Amino acid sequence: MMNDLSDIWVYLARDPLFGLTLTVLAYLAANAVYRRLGMHPLANPVLWAVVMLGLVLAVTGIPYDRYFEGAQFIHVLLGPATVALAVPLYRALGMLRRGWRGVAVALPASVAVASLGAIGLGVAFGAGETTVASLAPKAVTTPIAMGISERIGGLPSLTAVLVILTGILGAVLGPPVLSALGVRDPRARGVALGAAAHGIGTARAFNESPEAGAAASLAMGLAGVLTAAFLPLVW
Amino acid sequence: MLPMLALLLVFQLAGEALCHALALPVPGPVVGMVALLLVLIARGLWVGTDAAVPAELERVTSALLGHLSLLFVPAGVGVTTHLALLASEAVPIAVALVGSTLAAIAVAGVLMVRLERRP
Repeated sequence: MMNDLSDIWVYLARDPLFGLTLTVLAYLAANAVYRRLGMHPLANPVLWAVVMLGLVLAVTGIPYDRYFEGAQFIHVLLGPATVALAVPLYRALGMLRRGWRGVAVALPASVAVASLGAIGLGVAFGAGETTVASLAPKAVTTPIAMGISERIGGLPSLTAVLVILTGILGAVLGPPVLSALGVRDPRARGVALGAAAHGIGTARAFNESPEAGAAASLAMGLAGVLTAAFLPLVW
Repeated sequence: MLPMLALLLVFQLAGEALCHALALPVPGPVVGMVALLLVLIARGLWVGTDAAVPAELERVTSALLGHLSLLFVPAGVGVTTHLALLASEAVPIAVALVGSTLAAIAVAGVLMVRLERRP
């Protein structure tokens, strides 16, 4: 009996369907907890799904490459999903009709500070070149950040995790920092959160007000495009 | 559903091809996204902003983006292959993340307030 079970296990662990199924189940579980906790940034479902799957791979000894043989069927959808971001960005453009001067300056400034600041601090505190390249695009939405990371010689998987940590930091620490600086205008708060902390910051901005959320969506999209154009040039 | 998924793939492929042909250092899907955005803007000028996004495209994009987070998981798990790097460079990574994120938020917030002070 024991032998039969381990036979089945060996068979399943080799099947690409295993990595695919495990990924969807881990995400669904993490997402259920995230919703239960009122979508708190610290309960980020990607972070906890990655932790769970990492533990499963460590315990079972399944190498990442074999896991990815199945999980790649989810991964390939990142490309079309990135293109699809054009639709929410198009809708958010309407916000510019109520003023674009602030956005035209604040957004490039935020992109420069986020990426050059990460590069500068990383180098100053002794990070290696691969790590710095993985850090540089961490302020923008994951699919764009991973693409940039790959282009400039970083590790896309490390970038994916750093992007999520950045979003959590921005969503948790951003609002108190903005309040301490006297930034109370919802558009200003939204642009700051969306530009520096992408989707996770945008979700936080929507918690504050719909106006802050719309501003954050726009800032997230434009910051992604700007960073993708700017970082590979300065790198 | 399928024609609009094909549309997204065509834009991605066109973006990748353009980047390759012009040796652009930008990720191909981002170029595809900007191209689609320009098409939507042009269409919006023609048929009006509310009708610019075809209903089918709206359905496909909301299906794809509704669980966008799921799509990052497979690559994210790859971080388990870099745990040694992460541990040995934890300090510079933490300083860079916290410092640059807070600075970027502060800079954007303050500049927005200064430049958009309502009359």
